[in-house]
This record gives sequence, C-alpha cells and structure tokens, in this order.
Amino acid sequence: MSIWALLVIVGILLIVLHIPPGMIWAERKVAARIQGRWGPTRVGPFGLLQPLADAVKLLTKEEVIPRGAERPLYYMGPLLAFVPGALALAVVPFGHDMRVGDTVIQLQIADLHVGVLFVLALTSLAVYGLAFGGWSSDSKYPLLGGLRSSAQMVSYEVALGLAVVAVIMSAGTVSIREMVLAQQELLFGFLPAWNVFFQPVAALIFLVAAFAENNRLPFDMPEAEAELVGGYHTEYSGMKFGMFFLGEYVAMTVMSAVMVSLFFGGWGLPGLTDPHDTSVGNALVSAAVFLVKVAALLFFYIWVRWTLPRFRYDQLMRLGWKVLIPLALANVVVTGLFGVL
Amino acid sequence: MKAPEHPSPAGLVGPAQTSAAAGAAASGAAGEPAAHGAAEGEPDEEPESEPPPGRSWVERLYLREIASGLARTFRHLVLERPFTTDYPDEQLPYNPRARGEHILKVDEQGREKCVACLLCEAACPSKCIRIVVGPSPWPDRERYPVEFEIDMLRCIYCGYCEDACPCDAIELTPKPYSVYDNREAYIYDKEKLKNNYPQDWRERFSGGYGKLTGPPYRGEGGDRSLIR
Repeated sequence: MSIWALLVIVGILLIVLHIPPGMIWAERKVAARIQGRWGPTRVGPFGLLQPLADAVKLLTKEEVIPRGAERPLYYMGPLLAFVPGALALAVVPFGHDMRVGDTVIQLQIADLHVGVLFVLALTSLAVYGLAFGGWSSDSKYPLLGGLRSSAQMVSYEVALGLAVVAVIMSAGTVSIREMVLAQQELLFGFLPAWNVFFQPVAALIFLVAAFAENNRLPFDMPEAEAELVGGYHTEYSGMKFGMFFLGEYVAMTVMSAVMVSLFFGGWGLPGLTDPHDTSVGNALVSAAVFLVKVAALLFFYIWVRWTLPRFRYDQLMRLGWKVLIPLALANVVVTGLFGVL
Repeated sequence: MKAPEHPSPAGLVGPAQTSAAAGAAASGAAGEPAAHGAAEGEPDEEPESEPPPGRSWVERLYLREIASGLARTFRHLVLERPFTTDYPDEQLPYNPRARGEHILKVDEQGREKCVACLLCEAACPSKCIRIVVGPSPWPDRERYPVEFEIDMLRCIYCGYCEDACPCDAIELTPKPYSVYDNREAYIYDKEKLKNNYPQDWRERFSGGYGKLTGPPYRGEGGDRSLIR
C-alpha cells in the first residue's frame, strides 16, 4: 500500500468523522428554524460548538447498565450500529482520479468490483446493532424497538436491493467506480447522464427505502419516542448512546454517498468537472462537488424529518411489501425489457 | 313535452318543493350512516385501515401533499424569522397593570409621601409590612415612617396596600421579580423601596400595553434589563 492510499484513507475518515457533529448541529438548527425557534445559539458562533458540548456531556456522563443486561451483546450493540456503516464508505469514490507525478491516486479507499453488493451487505449489518441493543437491554421498550427495527430493515432491504438491481442492469456494472464514470456524459447535450433520469422509479424507491433503512422519520419506527420511550437505545447512556447517535448519522452519510454515486452522478457535474482530466485541481473540485451533493441529500433527510409525520407500523409494512417491492420488481422487469430491445 | 312546461310552475312551487326535497335528502343522508355505524360497529377501527374510498391511486400517493408540506417547511426555514424571545437576555415587557414589586412614592422635594397611618400594614393579608412610626420632621404632616420594611418573601402581591393607602404613597409596579442568594436581601427597607423602580414609571408607560418609553430601565441586583 502506498503512502498515498494511506493519506486517502485518513482524509476520507477525517471527513466522515466530521459529518456527524455537523449533522447534529444542522439537525437542531434546521428543526428549530422550521418550528420558528432559534436553535442552539449559546455555544460558539451560531451555536456551532454545540456538538462539542454534546460530546463532552456524553463522555462525562455516568454510564448506567441495566442489571439484567446481556453484557457482551450490550457492549456490541453500539459498535455494530456504527462500524459496518462506516466501512461501507470504503467503496464510494469521493472524487475523480488525480495524477501526482507518475502515480494515479484514486480518491476511493477500495475499488471493489462488487462495490454495490459490498455496500448492501454492510449497511444491512447495522440491523444487528439495533437488534442486539434492543434485546440485550432486558427492558420491554428497547426490545420492541429492536424487533421493529429488524422487521423494518429486513423488509426495506428487499426494496432497496431491487431498486439497485435495476440500476445495475441499466449500467451494466456492479462497481460503483465504473457506474460513476458512466454517468459523466451529457444527455441530449444539456442533461447530465445521471441514472436518476434513466431510472427515476428506482431512485424514488431507493430514496424511500434509504429513509427506512436509516430509521429516519417518517419511518423511525424503532425509535418512535412517543410510543417506545427511545426505542432500542432507551437503556443506553453516556458514550454508548452517543455511538448509536453517531451510527445513525454515519449510516445516513453512507446512504447519501451511495445514492449520489448510484443516481446523481457521483463526483461529476458537467461544466465543473472533466472526466478525462486527471489533474489535482480537477480531482479536488470533483471531491467538493461530491461532498456538496451528499450534504444536499443529508439536508433533505433533515428537511423531510421535520415535515412528514411518522407512519404507523402496519402502514409501514404495507408500503414496504405491497407497494415498494412490487414496484421495484416491475421496474426490474421493465428495465430488462428495455435492455433486450 | 315536460321541458317547455317546467319553467312556469317551477317559479311558483319550485323553491318550496326543492328545499323540502333537499331537507329530506339531507336528513336521510345524516341519519343513515349513523344507524349504519351503530348497527355494524365502527368500520374505521379495523386495524389495517384502508384509505378513504373515492380517491384514485394517484391521489393516494400523496405526492402533491408531500411536496406542499415540504414547501411549507422550507418557507419556514428560510423566510420566517423565529419569534423566540431570547429569554434571559431579552424579556418581554409586562403589562403596566401587572402587580410586581412595590415602590414608595416621593413628592417633589424627595420626601416620601407616606404619613405612617398604618392602613397598609392593617390591610396586608400576609403581614409583610413593618412600619416604625415617628414624629414628622416636616411641618406639613404629623407622622412619618422612621422605618418601612416589606418582606418580599412574605408578600403575595395582592395590591391591598395600594388600595388602602390614602395618599398614594405605595404602589405596585410591574417589576416582576428579584433574585438574591440570601433571605435578608428580600427584606426591602425604605431606601430600597424608594429606588426600587423609576418613580415616573407610569408616565413612561404612556405607550399603552407593554411600551415603556424613555431610556431603558436596568434594575439592580439579580434583575436584568426589564425592557428591551
């Protein structure tokens, strides 16, 4: 492994680890402004240091572990919620290749040929974190939350996968890197050749399923604070609770990054980035474009959260099984027919 | 055949007939579902509730509603200014008729108006006023309060003292509260009561509800700015 690869890994890790604090701040601020409040204003300018204060609070808080807790699983829960999601970022290209001297550096930790499958596999692992956390707490509300999250994530995993299948069929590759590269051309001379224009239904299904996968409103069934206290993390405190929090935001970041790569052209923006240029400047611009796109999707997450009410559990299941999955299947069939013709 | 005949009689009997028919239809429409519901139980309460009938699948996607909801929240996000009062730093003014802490009024020469008649002390239901009477040093009155103390922890801000006072010497102002770290500080003596609030606060409230005109007043002690 070259020193450059190491640098890329460190850089991506740094970026990703700075997203959750930013998200916490943005979430509180956006929520407040939508509700006609100011949000955090006290800690630092515009309350920007609020996540830091939150982190200090979480780190210094007493950790209460329920007496009947299943210790190993109880400790594993927050880790499992956090680590697999973060790992999935390894296959997402953060920018175009850049050439320094003779070496070509990929702004991507690992260019797996099965990148999409890798992402699907790892993001679905997060359900173990929630299920373990819910079950091992020895408390009824976390148990219910864990159960719900398992059912929900397993259900929406199917729709998510089927939506991706259609994209794979139309793109003809499973490597995220190649998918992104294939989206760099122009369509009819003005429209970027993003998959969202070829596969709008798949994009919509992916979006909805991604919300459900990340347990975000309107699908935050596992938490459902009005019904389940806090859901799977009710009995967690201190930094273990913080890890669940981090995991949620990292999972959202991953989903956004994957969605940007699959549907919204990854790091490319016609006019700003040039897919045939491998200069350092172009690579940095492409990385910035990618991050802006991810940030826009993350904002969309927050925006939707404070707009739509929570689904009821049976409505959630009906939407998943009776609407999204048939729709995704039909989409796959139609895509296949187009491919044959 | 009927069509040409219709207009002429309709002008005479039409309105009564149609309204009666409409009334019958309305009562039928209102009565029927009620009986229906009582007989069959509430059809709405089945666990997997179907969407209301009569909507097409396009409507049931609720895409338009979701979009309008998103637009609404976005408008709140970017256009509308929060209407939060940043409480400890800025405080909403109280109504001038609010009953807060007392003030002892003084006359033009800076002497307290009080003549130590003890009516306020007698009227006070919580016995928070303590007055020590002494012979007045001024020729225009016989008595004056040598000491005048109000225990703000006992006071219930009923305003009876203000009602009882024959010479408007004691007033309840809208000054809301004071915070100290010891109980002794809550026993206000005569000097403290005289300077507890601007003597001319009534004039400065000329703007009506909540509008204190003139320079902003800043209280002492734990009190922060009263009026922004």
